[in-house]
Amino acid sequence: MKRQIPLVLVFIFGVLLAIQYFIPSEPSQKGYEFVLDWITIIGIFAMVLGIWSQIHVGYYKIRHRAEDWKYSVVTMVSMFGMIFLGLSPFGGLQGTTFRLIYTNIFIPIQATIFALLAFYIASASYRAFRARSAVSTVLLVAALLLMLRVIPMGPLADPINKIGSWMLLVPNLAAKRAILIGVGLGGVATALKIVLGIERSYLGKD
Amino acid sequence: MTSKTAMRILMAIVALIFLFSWIIKSGSGVSDSTFTNVRDGFLITFAVFLTLSIFSFLYHDNPFYKFAESLYVGISAGYWMCYGFWSTVVGNFVPRASRSLSEFFHVPYQERADHILIYIPIIFGLILLTRLLPRIGWLSRWSLAFIIGTTAGLNLTRYLRSDFISQVSNSFIPLFVDWKGAGDFINHISLAADGQFIAILSNWVIFVGVMCGLVYFFFSKEHKGTFGVASRIGIWILMITFGASFGYTVMGRISLLVGRITFLFGDWLNIL
Repeated sequence: MKRQIPLVLVFIFGVLLAIQYFIPSEPSQKGYEFVLDWITIIGIFAMVLGIWSQIHVGYYKIRHRAEDWKYSVVTMVSMFGMIFLGLSPFGGLQGTTFRLIYTNIFIPIQATIFALLAFYIASASYRAFRARSAVSTVLLVAALLLMLRVIPMGPLADPINKIGSWMLLVPNLAAKRAILIGVGLGGVATALKIVLGIERSYLGKD
Repeated sequence: MTSKTAMRILMAIVALIFLFSWIIKSGSGVSDSTFTNVRDGFLITFAVFLTLSIFSFLYHDNPFYKFAESLYVGISAGYWMCYGFWSTVVGNFVPRASRSLSEFFHVPYQERADHILIYIPIIFGLILLTRLLPRIGWLSRWSLAFIIGTTAGLNLTRYLRSDFISQVSNSFIPLFVDWKGAGDFINHISLAADGQFIAILSNWVIFVGVMCGLVYFFFSKEHKGTFGVASRIGIWILMITFGASFGYTVMGRISLLVGRITFLFGDWLNIL
């Protein structure tokens, strides 16, 4: 029961969805669309699990006055506040307060966190671009050409743009294809292993 | 001075700057309503406070950063929960499940013969929630099995079709484009982007690049001799891609940083 039924379910749905592609008919297409909808709906329940886990961890920290418990209060209050505002049938996602919080708190923090990475990526660039070998020089030249393409370079702009575009459309494409072929083979092998029950790590231990 | 006292002084300074900024921004509001001006002044000041709090992590981890981070986690979780509810449950499930629910949420009810099928994911979803009950938590594997099985089945054909077959077929291209003999080729050789020489060179680079890139990823044979040479060419080709990706990432992050700097110096300080 604990392990056999999930394995049978994975096999049945895996084979059905794989076969569906080879039967281009209306019922098959309908089934495919249904399954995609179902996955999205089940995903909402998975999100509930995630929220519950967040509440559980936060509650434990606050109750036991664990280190930095005050920040868990901030998380819990902001999460419940947002859920209260967002789930209200009178306001919902288009509610004024909900939109204001989204625009003035959520977006600025998110943008700044990603902008923060600019500093770390600058330091990473310095380390990566130190041309110690021919291979790292290739990396450096490729990155520089790509960045110089969007900078006004006067008379050099045209040749740099042409070389940069060729680099993106030809050698870059070749390497991406090699990677995608590898990813494709790996993806198919993994999917087959899962459908045939060889890969069972998702079942856990017991 | 202890670190606690220093932190209190710092917080007092930050609170004062916050208050000062709020008053100034409220006063410079463009709306006729005082409430709107005060509200917008607060929101801009708070957004600035959060922006600077996140940037303060560059110095080291500190209470301001932790506050902004915790606030983000909470708001983000709440936002995506609500978004999922309205877009998936109300947008996808409710119109097919019940007329009265559709009327309650003001969404058009979809009269369909197969509407009973929409309850299947709800059953799977409820089964997934049994993970919260330790005694029957193993039942949640059934829902997981459904998701994993369908995703594996979908990926089986998708990977084969788009990542494997189409990439392989697109790599087998003519290596001698418009070939009319060596004499004609040498006579008309030029570096023009749409010329024959560049077309032939590009196709050779693509074909050889793909092959050498694949050789680099082939680890069942030692990379020595001719195989080693092909593998080294593969590294060079891969480095061009990694360099391009790195360049794109740097540009993306820098443009985000420019956006935040513009916000601080433009929207807040009005000096841009």
